[in-house]
Amino acid sequence: MEFGILSLITFLPLAGAIVILFLPKRDGLIKTTAMIFATASFISSLVMFLAFKSQLAGMQFVENFDWFEIGEFKVNYHLGVDGISILLVMLTTFLTPLVLLSSWRSIKDRMKEYMMFMLFLETGMLGVFLSLDMVLFYIFWEIMLIPMYFIIGIWGGPRKIYAAVKFFIYTMVGSVLMLVSIIYLYIQYQTLNIVQLANIINLPLDVEKWLFLAFFLAFAIKVPIFPLHTWLPDAHVEAPTPGSVILAGVLLKMGTYGLLRFCIGFFPESAYYFKTPIAILAVIGITYGALVSLVQRDMKKLVAYSSVSHLGFVVLGLFAVNTIGIQGGIIQMINHGLSTGGLFLIVGMIYERRHTRQISEFGGISKSMPIFAVFFMVIALSSLGLPGLNGFVGEFNILLGSFTSVFYDNPIFTIIAGTGVILAAAYILWWFKRVMFGPLDNEKNKKLKDMSLLEIAYTVPLVLFIVWIGIYPTTFMSKSEATVNAMVKRIYKKLDLKDPAKEDRIEFKMPKTKVISLSDNKLEDKHLETEETE
Amino acid sequence: MESLYPLIPLAPLGGFLINGLFGRLYKKPIVYTVGIGTVAISFILAFHAFVTGFSAKAISLFTWISAGSLRADYSLMFDPLSNIMILMVTGIGLLIHIYSAGYMSHDKTVPRFFAYMNLFMFAMLTLVLADNFLMMFVGWEGVGLCSYLLIGYWYEKPSAANAGMKAFVVNRIGDLGFLLGMFILFSIFGTLNFLDIQSLASFGLDESTLALIGIATLLLFIGATGKSAQLPLYTWLPDAMEGPSPVSALIHAATMVTAGVYMIIRSNFLFVLAPDTMLVVAIVGGLTALFAATIGLTQFDIKRVLAYSTVSQLGYMFLAVGMGAFTAGLFHLLTHAFFKALLFLGAGTVMHAMDDELDMRKMGALKKYMKITQPTMFIASLAIAGIPPFSGFFSKDEILYQSFIAGVPFSKVLWALGLLTAGLTAFYMFRLIFMTFWGDYRGPKEHEKHIHEAGNSMAIPLIILAAGAVLAGIIGIPHFLGGGNWLGNYLEPVLAKAPEAVHGSVATEWILAIVSVLVGLTGIILAMWFYKEGKFAKSEKIAAKLGPVYRLVLHKYRIDELYNAVVVKPMIWVSDNILRVKVDEGLVDGVMVNGSAKFFRKLGGVVSKLQTGYIQTYIVFFILGILILFWLLF
Repeated sequence: MEFGILSLITFLPLAGAIVILFLPKRDGLIKTTAMIFATASFISSLVMFLAFKSQLAGMQFVENFDWFEIGEFKVNYHLGVDGISILLVMLTTFLTPLVLLSSWRSIKDRMKEYMMFMLFLETGMLGVFLSLDMVLFYIFWEIMLIPMYFIIGIWGGPRKIYAAVKFFIYTMVGSVLMLVSIIYLYIQYQTLNIVQLANIINLPLDVEKWLFLAFFLAFAIKVPIFPLHTWLPDAHVEAPTPGSVILAGVLLKMGTYGLLRFCIGFFPESAYYFKTPIAILAVIGITYGALVSLVQRDMKKLVAYSSVSHLGFVVLGLFAVNTIGIQGGIIQMINHGLSTGGLFLIVGMIYERRHTRQISEFGGISKSMPIFAVFFMVIALSSLGLPGLNGFVGEFNILLGSFTSVFYDNPIFTIIAGTGVILAAAYILWWFKRVMFGPLDNEKNKKLKDMSLLEIAYTVPLVLFIVWIGIYPTTFMSKSEATVNAMVKRIYKKLDLKDPAKEDRIEFKMPKTKVISLSDNKLEDKHLETEETE
Repeated sequence: MESLYPLIPLAPLGGFLINGLFGRLYKKPIVYTVGIGTVAISFILAFHAFVTGFSAKAISLFTWISAGSLRADYSLMFDPLSNIMILMVTGIGLLIHIYSAGYMSHDKTVPRFFAYMNLFMFAMLTLVLADNFLMMFVGWEGVGLCSYLLIGYWYEKPSAANAGMKAFVVNRIGDLGFLLGMFILFSIFGTLNFLDIQSLASFGLDESTLALIGIATLLLFIGATGKSAQLPLYTWLPDAMEGPSPVSALIHAATMVTAGVYMIIRSNFLFVLAPDTMLVVAIVGGLTALFAATIGLTQFDIKRVLAYSTVSQLGYMFLAVGMGAFTAGLFHLLTHAFFKALLFLGAGTVMHAMDDELDMRKMGALKKYMKITQPTMFIASLAIAGIPPFSGFFSKDEILYQSFIAGVPFSKVLWALGLLTAGLTAFYMFRLIFMTFWGDYRGPKEHEKHIHEAGNSMAIPLIILAAGAVLAGIIGIPHFLGGGNWLGNYLEPVLAKAPEAVHGSVATEWILAIVSVLVGLTGIILAMWFYKEGKFAKSEKIAAKLGPVYRLVLHKYRIDELYNAVVVKPMIWVSDNILRVKVDEGLVDGVMVNGSAKFFRKLGGVVSKLQTGYIQTYIVFFILGILILFWLLF
């Protein structure tokens, strides 16, 4: 086997960082070089996206070599992409060039180091999504902390060191237990292959539970799930705008990705066992995040807490463990990347003009910045889940998935989560109103310049995809469907053996009429069509 | 021609995109042409579909969402119900767009206005033509968005900005009900398509399924109370009057607010399976009708009177559909669209003439100056007051008759509520007419010279709508008056038969009709007696006698204040002082996170004073500690 397109996608940014290392300190040259490599990575990922076969459930474009050994511990360089990871890869390669564009003017010092860290970070994130070897995964997972730590710590706001250290330690603490679990799994099964492990892990629940929790802690911190979320507002507030965009847009998704790939994929039985506490944490996150967001004075904090709320939705959808819920969760990860990333860009634009993010400083900005008002409105509506824009597609599927979930088997989670939809409208529109509407009475706001061409250039692509996913999500959801179907089918099969009570529950849910047997057949057909192809 | 039908919703969408993206680049006449022309295309096509009686289960444009067993297409369904609805929506929409060209001609951001109005038309037509609940919901929230944007159109006014936000958020509360209702339906039937559910629901369903359908329909109805401004979620509609008058006419009177009624009629096959829900619908409708009418009696803001009147009339429609009289509900929906749109547009020309004055106490004697507005509004008021032969008489009478004979509990009580409301309606409408057009002019003197009738683009829609307000009743003239009840026959294929269709005698029909007309006339005569001379001594005397009761009604029963005190303020207070400060900053971040950090820092300091950089300290201790823990466990 040879190095393939996935290595290209992953390491083009790193190559860019190395090239920049040897460049003279000329900002223009450095920025252009960074842009070229990030764009090249995006284009390669686009090629991969187009060649990706949606009907296949298994890993594609696989690259697998022996890499190194420590005693018996064999680590492979093993990459692959499937329906679960492909959209996240695309999100990463898509957002990075936009973020670099948004740094064009907003980053003023140490451009060279900044661009290197950004590209380094991109490689780390892509590696996390593409690794099929546990140790490789872990390396990428940890290594990516370093550039982010510096991006917050060097280019951040007044309390940047506190925020950076908090971010770093919090994440480290979480991942340590995961490392221990990885070692345990290797000792048990003599393999680090993620695909294999998903199929062969079969441990007594008493043991599996602990492994699950170890992984869960690592990912829950990253997501973040309530009450492990307090690093996030600090990190966001202190990070420079591009850092916030990447943090919200991609980094948090590593947590939800991990939950799906490992917590649910490896340990479905434990996922079933812990479903209720997790659902409770998810809905607390949804409502709590929304309520706290409602009363923030600082716009970045407002968006940060809205993230907690949105990611609560994702977690709720994933742990519903049915096709609708997981599909909703996956597309919502992308949606959150676009809309929250967009909101951070919006806040960044205001901040650059006024050097404050206090909502009370603003009012009536629509008048001085009409173009900005349009973009802000569209992204805000996307974030509050308006049908026709992307957010709704994810939230609807998540809510429907959780409502019909055999795992939860209780509509209460959906109902509580649903209040998050109302609260989202409240905190987003109230914020929008206070900033954009009302009389333009603050002198400092009267002469604000509307969006520059550069700003429009990096916002338009986001809005384009916000609308695209809203109107025709099939382009994206079809990529993940086969994998998700196969995964759900595998999990149901596995749990069926051990949990005969499940059958009753399905029947209990579905009224026993002729009608229902009809729709049951339809369901069966659907599953047959997407037979596992691994 | 049929192949062009997708343009019925899509043409206004095109108008939205063109005016929205490029409207600043060209002159106003082009903005008007695009804005009005695209709606005209929709209207012509809708008219064609209506006349030819076009019927299609689904013209599918594309699959919107597909996940697992969920599949929702953007597809359009044509049947008698949607045909007559789109005819009304595009027809009245077209007239109001034409009116807007005159009304908004002095506005600086006309392209934005027409873009929003076109977007509204797209969303509303999507809602009406949807062949499944999910697409209907898309239209449902879409019209809500346009309502938000248009209420807050003059966003620099804080009251307008607040009203827009309130409308959206209150509607969202209802929308959650709609969503949950959909989820239940999906979990029962495995589809959200109207026709599929209809045919599945026609197999006999067992008890537990029927109970679930009862809950689902109730949840859908909660959605309807939001969108159609019924108790307890009606509070946004009066505030929505902050929007320009054409918006009030189109969105907050004729079309969007009737969406809840339309949704229930569209899913009538489910509602008839849930008699308890139907009863709730009828009761809420009846109570809302009366409740809003009483507020209407006391208001002085011309548009607010009309707003409460709309809430009240929508209550009638829910009363009707709750009784299983779906045809009567739709009938009133259609006639109401004409006379209420007319009233709002009339109020708009009055505002134009009066330099945006809304307080009726400062008007008076306008009939001298407004030779078109006055008679057309007068006709509309006769129609809403239920005076024959105007359209409102037939539809309101049908509702009252149906509730009188319906075999459901409280039907006589609800009939009495409806009858009382009819009297109140006649009173407050003619109070409005007399205060505005009769008596002496009470505004600032120097302004009287400027009072003028509106230009043609505003006057002509008034005249056409007035013709509709007179004639629209024709479609539903009942048998006892020599009509053929055309609407009833027309809708027959769409409507499920109500469980027990009760028929009263012709004599009952006559007596009820006469009673309701007498009640209406009484209301008018009372209003005349109180207000025709333009002096308020008589009414003020009564107000003084009623004292606190009057003030309570004048202040709209202080429901807004109640909601603020019970829901909004506590929520914000708790979020701010408890959740944000105590829980988040205090407990979670303070005690748990930074507390443990401090603990480890102290511990680290005790164990080894050599360690200086704190990241390493923490990491080493955590790794060690955790490894030991793990080693002990396994």
